Parts: sequence; structure tokens; C-alpha cells
Amino acid sequence: MTTAPIADRATAVAARATELSKIYGQGETQVVALDRVSVGFHQAEFTAIMGPSGSGKSTLMHCVAGLDTFSSGSVRIGETELGSLKDKQLTRLRRDKIGFIFQAFNLLPTLSALENITLPMDIAGRKPDKEWLDTVIRMIGLADRLGHRPAQLSGGQQQRVAVARALASRPDIIFGDEPTGNLDSRSGAEVLGFLRNSVRELGQTVVMVTHDPVAAAYADRVVFLADGRIVDEMHGPTADSVLDRMKRFDAKGRTS
Amino acid sequence: MFRTALRNVLAHKARLLMTVLAVMLGVAFVSGTLVFTNSLSQALQKQSAKGFDHVDVAVTGEWKEGEGDEEGEYEKLTRELVDTSAAVPGAAQAIGTVKGFTALADKDGKLIGNGFQSEGGNYWGTDDPRFPLVSGRAPKGEGEILIDSETAKRTGYEVGDTVRMSVDGPVLEPKITGIFTTDDGNVAAGGSLTLFDTPTAQKLLAEPDTFDEIAVKAKDGVSDTELRTQLEDALSSYAVETVTGTKLADDQAEAIASSMSGLKQGLLVFAGIALFVGTFIIANTFTMLVAQRTKELALMRAVGASRRQITRSVLIEAFVVGTVAALIGLATGVGIGAGLRSLMGTLDAPMPEGPLVITAGTVGSAFAVGILVTMLAAWLPGRRAAKIPPVAAMSALHAQPTTKSLVLRNTLGSLVSAAGVAVVLVATTMDGTDGQAPMGLGAVLLIIGVFILTPLLSRPLIAAAAPVLRVFGVSGKLARQNSVRNPRRTAATASALMIGLTLITGMTVMASSLQTSIDKMAASAIEADYMVSMANGHNLSPDVEKELRQSDDVTAVSPLRNTYVRIDGQHENITGVNGAAIAKLTEFPVVAGAFEVGGDRVVVDEDDAKSYGLKVGSEFTLTFGDDEQQKVTVAGVYEANEMMRGIMVDTSVVDPHLSEPADMMVMVKTADGASDAAKDTLEKALGDNPAIKVQDKQDLSNEIARMFTLILNMVYGLLAMAVIVAVLGVINTLAMSVFERSQEIGMLRAIGLDRKGIKRMVRLESLVISLFGAVLGLGLGVFFGWAAGELVGSSMETYELVLPWARMGVFLALAAVVGVLAALWPARRAARMNMLQAIKAE
Repeated sequence: MTTAPIADRATAVAARATELSKIYGQGETQVVALDRVSVGFHQAEFTAIMGPSGSGKSTLMHCVAGLDTFSSGSVRIGETELGSLKDKQLTRLRRDKIGFIFQAFNLLPTLSALENITLPMDIAGRKPDKEWLDTVIRMIGLADRLGHRPAQLSGGQQQRVAVARALASRPDIIFGDEPTGNLDSRSGAEVLGFLRNSVRELGQTVVMVTHDPVAAAYADRVVFLADGRIVDEMHGPTADSVLDRMKRFDAKGRTS
Repeated sequence: MFRTALRNVLAHKARLLMTVLAVMLGVAFVSGTLVFTNSLSQALQKQSAKGFDHVDVAVTGEWKEGEGDEEGEYEKLTRELVDTSAAVPGAAQAIGTVKGFTALADKDGKLIGNGFQSEGGNYWGTDDPRFPLVSGRAPKGEGEILIDSETAKRTGYEVGDTVRMSVDGPVLEPKITGIFTTDDGNVAAGGSLTLFDTPTAQKLLAEPDTFDEIAVKAKDGVSDTELRTQLEDALSSYAVETVTGTKLADDQAEAIASSMSGLKQGLLVFAGIALFVGTFIIANTFTMLVAQRTKELALMRAVGASRRQITRSVLIEAFVVGTVAALIGLATGVGIGAGLRSLMGTLDAPMPEGPLVITAGTVGSAFAVGILVTMLAAWLPGRRAAKIPPVAAMSALHAQPTTKSLVLRNTLGSLVSAAGVAVVLVATTMDGTDGQAPMGLGAVLLIIGVFILTPLLSRPLIAAAAPVLRVFGVSGKLARQNSVRNPRRTAATASALMIGLTLITGMTVMASSLQTSIDKMAASAIEADYMVSMANGHNLSPDVEKELRQSDDVTAVSPLRNTYVRIDGQHENITGVNGAAIAKLTEFPVVAGAFEVGGDRVVVDEDDAKSYGLKVGSEFTLTFGDDEQQKVTVAGVYEANEMMRGIMVDTSVVDPHLSEPADMMVMVKTADGASDAAKDTLEKALGDNPAIKVQDKQDLSNEIARMFTLILNMVYGLLAMAVIVAVLGVINTLAMSVFERSQEIGMLRAIGLDRKGIKRMVRLESLVISLFGAVLGLGLGVFFGWAAGELVGSSMETYELVLPWARMGVFLALAAVVGVLAALWPARRAARMNMLQAIKAE
């Protein structure tokens, strides 16, 4: 994969949602979380999904990542259509094709850092690719802490282990759900740097939900959601441009 | 505060159910025991009182000491005494009674009951108030009898049938002329009561014209004591004693109560164990409740609730749970009491009829136990709840498992365990009875010590299971690590199973060792194929030996004819044997000389040789009951066993001095060895007499073993309770673990562990905890079994430790089943957990 020309990969789509809707409840209590959203995530691209609370950004990510079911529309990861998959197949898909980074409680406290990193492969019963593993570990810079338990690591270090875990199985796409939400700004910056490096240097595809404009600025592209719809998109964002865009949501929210 | 506590109880119905179940089982056990024993003893007492209904005063002969070596006997009562008794002014009626062993055969020719409850008696005149007739008429003469209605029901005999019966002599075949009802305890216990007319009963069971007892009924308005005074006056010249019926009933009631107290204590011990085990579960549950409510409790602290109020709210919750559990437990206990009674009924131990007795004491202890235990168990978690800092309401912290060091706990546990082991070891060197108390103390100390040490032991023991768990991949690895994550909780859970299995294993080891030693005892040194004896343990008539000797198949016969003699002025029991045959029938290890009996040559066992200073070739004198003397010579010294010991002399030496020779047993060897056909032939040779037992070696050891297999089965049944409590405990712990780890489980699901994998992880954790408890229990049980055996073994030569591997394997498998069953629900819950919510929580 790393040998493929960057230009080619940029045009291929790693995951795509088409006319995706998610509706909770029925009748009067009905809540539309996603309203016919169509979006594609390109290979070797770092995408941030942003939006105010309740905009449906987490729901979008959960549906695309195969963590949640949707009401209508379609989701594809690579060539696989998610809507028709049973729980077992979905689980396998997540295991083999997707990596996850969560906000907190990311690691198993009983396993060492290294064991946590190789956990997805252990679950699959596969041997990790030694060379790749070394590359990933070198990148996150925790080579000397691999034997430590999560409790012996700082929050930033724990999240770096989580990034390594997501990268280690070479998934088609990595989803991050507020990966820096629980970190101080310096640790957050480190983690985001790794994610960006993984896209630039390793050709990884990353989709991240965040509400932090500074975090979003690490991405190649920002998708803005409001009221369950995609309202805007921005390429090559900076913290300021994202913040400005977000402020407009607030203003609109207040006037309407 | 009370309202908040109450709402909490109701808010979590599933958890409430678990806690209530745990407490309930303990309470049910306690109240079930009390209901059962109270009902049983009341029924027995009522029955015994009813048994004395027709007796206001009983007249018995005085005990007459035997002269010289003769056995003493009761003074016989004559017809004249009956008439005199009937003639006192306060007497309405006087009945002379006769009683004795009477064996009755069922339609297959087998003895009814086990021999000790086969009774016979007299039917007084044509209308005996003691035995109301249901059908037929009073018996007349030797060819007619009455049987009790229970026996009639059990065997299907009807009026007009001819039955086979025997008293001690030949088989009789009388006709049943009537059936009567009786409250006789022997009948209730599975035996039979056969009645003859008075002259026949006297002839068969006593001596002609004599009675064993006179039952006098008072006229209306005459008190027992008044009647007794009148009788004492009227009979003052005779050697008789008078007792009021009330006194007789009281004595019997007291005897029943004391014989019941052992059973009651035994059952209460099990109840105590169930409760002890239950306490951990309750404590675990409340720990879980508190952990789940950390935020809520912290919020209450933040808005101004004091620590004491928090503790109190937890305790109030415990009180409510305890009360509900005690109520249900009491109801269940009554059911258990009733169930136990019918269970005992099916176990060859018929129970007397009677209402269920629920005393205030039973109700009181049910509530005391239920509420106190629950509140006690909730107290620690309650205090922990109070220590939750108000700031926890704001942070994402869960109540962490106490990370306090286990050093103190381990030190204490080691000390207590070591003390327990030491005391048990010391006790094994003591004598059987002296050692019991220290052994019990040591056992309790060791169990407590190991219980304290369980968290420490959990790591190495569970680590030992790692190679097996590796087969299950990630699920196995995670299961192992999860099971040692909270050693205290794992320990508390495993302890429940440990205690149950310790007891079961200990008992089983003891029982199988005893069984083997009894088999050996019965088999060792005995070469005879059959042992013939009386069903009630009395002596056989010498005719039996003669008849057997004439049977074609029989190749060797010898009686064991016990006789009292004096040697050097000391009383000694010697055995008369057939000198020509005894060497073929036995094979004792000979210490010196030869095993040769005949003429004046005798054999003695080592003990007697030592106490009388006898050697091979020594001459000594036997002085018989008729004061005649006989010189005998020691031909050999042998090593005795539990079944046969002492001095063996040829019957030709003994017989001339006995007015009524009687045999404890007759040993028989047949041409073709023991077989069903040979047994039939022997029984036929003896006239298919229901009073005589023909047993091979296996029958003999089975008979001895039957007593404790029954006890063992009861113990198994009762300990099933402890196991059920343990299952609840495992469920509880797993539910708690699953709840606490919901985020982890959600994450595992997200990164690709499927539902099956999650289920397997929870199930394996359950299995590991259960097997851990089981292994500890088995280990302790074997140790206790060994130690108790050492104690018993000191008085039983053939005792040898036998480890029942098969049974122990079954116990281990049972523990595994417990683990799998207990994990069903928590595993399902874990697998069904909503991933997103699990990850998002906090």
C-alpha cells in the first residue's frame, strides 16, 4: 500500500455514506439525528467532522464505523455495504478493516502497552507484522514503555498507545471519537501530530470527530454538520478559519 | 433518608432479587431445620403419649440380679397379679402384656423391616382396647394371628391369608384372622407388629402364664397417682414396681428430645454454613450497590448529607432487604421442613404423621438471622459509602476496588492457617475421643485462615490455569486477568464454593476410607461363604447349625458359640467353634504355633495371650458357669480382627457345661462358593425362616456401611443448599464485574471481539473462579478427611486412607457446571450490552 502513488490513493474512497438517515423514536417523539447525509472519506486523507452539540457528528461516525445501525441509506467501507451485514460480520469488519480511538477508557488495564497494541490481532488470532509494528511503535515513541500497564502511563501516553493500536493492524480506515477530548493541549497536540503523520507518511485514512477547532486544523479537510445535515466543507483548514465557521453556527442558532 | 433508601431498593429489582435470594436461602435453611425438627419431635412425642393412652399405671417386675454367672432378669408377673391389679377400687381394667421378637415374612418370603422392629405381642381377650380391630376378629389358639394395618398395607396381606413367621424356633404358618390399627413406633419405623392370643404369646414370647407388664386403666375421676398408690398397697407383698403412664410418656418424650437434638444441631450447622456463605454474597452485593451509586451518594454528600446519614441509608436498605428475605425465607423454610419430612420418608425412615409445628422461636430466629446478617454484611460497604468524597459527584471516578495492601491480611491468614494445621496435626496423634474437640477447633481455624488467605492464593493458583486458558485465545487471557483483578472479591466468591466442597470432600474421603476398611474387616480372615445369624441380633438356636451340617452343598460349618467362663478368677468370653472346620472357615495370621482347635487344644489372640501370660504350649484352666473346670492347652496364637477375637475352644469342650447352647453366628462354606443358588439352598435348608439371615461377606459389609451411606446422602442433599448459595454468589460477582467493565467490554466489541468472544470471556472467568474455589475445597477436604481418619484409625486396625478420585472428579465437574451456569445470565448481559452507551458512559 505504501508503494502506491499518492495521487492514486487520494482519488480512491475508503468509506462512503449515501443518503444516510438515522431516526430515533416514532411519531411525535421522533428525532432525526441524520438527515440523508452523503459524504465520502478519501484514502490517505485526514478528515475532521465538526458541528455543534446534537448536530449528529458522533452519530455519523458511529454509523459509518459500523458501531451503530442506521434507518435508511447506505454505508460502504471499501467495497463492503454495511446495511446488509449481521452483527457477526460487522464485528469482523471492524476487527479487520477499521481502527478506533476513543475519548477515554481506551485500553484494557490488565494488559501491558504492547499487549494493548496487538489486541485486535490477538482477537483475530493473527500474528502482527513485526516490521510494521516496529515502525508504528517507533513513530509513537513509546519503545521503552511497552511493558508498562496503562495505569503506569500518563493520559497522553495512554492515548498514544491507543493510536498505535489503531494503526498496528493496518486498517483501511481509522475513526477517532474526540481522541484529544481528555488530554491537555500539549499531549493532544502530540496525538494529533501522530495521526497526521500516519496519514502523510504511512498513507493511513483517518476520520475524527471533534469540537475543538485547533484539533480540526490538523486535518486535511473539515466536514461541518448541523441538525443532521452536512452544511459545509473546508479544505486545508486553520484553527482560525474553523473557529470563524463555527461562530457562524452559533449566530445562526441564536437567530433562528 | 428512609424514603431515599426505600426508593433505591425498589429501583433495582434484579439486584434486589439476588440479595433477597441469598439471604432467603440462609433463612430458609434455618427455619426449615427448626420446623422439621420441631414437627418431628412433637409428632414423636404425641405418638409416644398416645402409645400410653391405655396405660394409666404400669406394673412391672423388679429386676432380679443373676446369681453367680447367670444373667439377671425381671421378676415374672403372674395371672394372679393381673387379677389383683384389676380388683383395686380405682382400676377400670388391667391387661397383662407380653412382648418379644417376632419375624414376619412378606409374600416373597423376605423379612418385613430390618429385624430390630419386628415385634410380637398378645391380644387381650376378645376385645383389647389397645388394638382396635379394623377387620376380622380376635385370634384364638396357635394357628391364628393379627397383623397391624400398616404391615397389611405394605405387604398386601388380607384377613384369611396364611403367612410365614418365626419367633426363634421353627417356622410357623398361622392364618390372619384380623387387622388392627396401632400407634406403635416400630410399625411407624417400618417394622411389623404381630399379635397372638394371650396363651400363645406367653408360650412363644415369654413363659407360660407369665406377663412382662400389667397395664392398668383408671376409672373416670381417678388420677394416675391415686391409682398408683392403690396398686402399690395392693401389691406390696410382690416384687413389683409401679409407674404412672404420664411418667412413662414423659421419659420417652425426653429420650426422643435428646435423640433429636443431635439431628437438630447437625442441621443447624449446615444452616450456619449456608448463612456464613450467604454473608459474603450479601456483602458483595452491597459493595456493588454502593459502587454503582458512587455519584449519587457523592451528590447527596455534596448537597449536605452527613456521613452517618449515608451509612444509615445503606443500612436501612439492608434492613428492608433483610425483612423481605426473612419473610420469604420463613415461608420457604416451612416448605423445606415439610419436604425434608417426606424425603426422609422415602429414605427408608418413615416419619410419624403430625402437623407442621411453627413456633414463635422459629419465626423469631428467621427474622433475627435474616435482618441481622444482612445489616451486618451491609455495614462495611455502608461505611465505605460514607467515605465517598463529595467531589466524586463531579469527577468521572468510579469507586475503585480497595487497593489497600494485602500484607496485613496475608500475615494474619498465614498465622491462623498455621495454627489450624498445627492443632489438627496434634489432634491426629491423640486418642479417638480426646482428639475430637481439638480437631474441630483446628479445622475451623484452618478454614478461616485459608479464607483470609484466599486473595493471596488466587494469583498463583489461577496462573497455573493459564496454559489451559491459552487455548481460548484472547478471551481466555482476558478471563484469567479479570479473575485476579479484584482478589478480595474473587476470594469472597470462591470461598462460598470452597467451604461447601471442603465439607463434601472431607465427608466423602472419610466415608470411602471407612467403607474400604469395613470391607476389609468383613473380608479379612474370613474364608466362609456365608454367615448365618438372627435378624434381631439375638442368638441362634443350635438346631440351625445341625440343619446346615446336614445340607448337601455344605462343606464346612462352625458356630460361634459365646460362653462366659472364668480364667484366673477373671470373667472372660470365649467362643466355642467346630474345631474340625474352623481352619477352613477362617484364615487368621498366626503369630506362633498352629491354628488348631480340638479336644483340649485351643487358640488365643495376641491380646489374651498377653493379658493371661500365655504362650504356645501353656496350660490354663477354664471355669464354666456350672463351676466345672477344664484344662486346655494353647496350640497357637493368632492376630485377631474386629469381627472375631478371643479364645476359641472346641464345642465339645463347651457344650457339656451349657444348659441352653446359643450361637451368635454360624459360619458356612459351600462346595461351589457364594452364589445366589447356594444362598437359596441354605435358606431352604433353614425352612425359609424370616427370622434368620443368611449373608455373604458383601451383605455383611453393606449392612455395616448402610448407616453412614444414609448419613452421607443426607449430607450431600443438605450441602446442595450451600452450592446453590455459591451459584448465586458467582452470578452476583460476575454481574458486578460486567457492570464495572462495561466500557472495556464496549471497547472490545468496537475493536472487533464478537459476542461469542465476550460471552466466552465472562464464562471462562466464572469457570476459573469456581474451579479455584473447588480446588481449595478439595485440598482442604482431603486434608480433613485424612486427619479425621487418623483419629478414627487409631481405634480401627484396618483403617486406611482411600482417596475417592472418581467422586472428587465429579465434585470438580460439578464446580465447573456451577461456573458455567452462573455465567449464563451475566455473559448474556455482557454480550448484549449496547456498545455505544458503554463507551460513552462517563
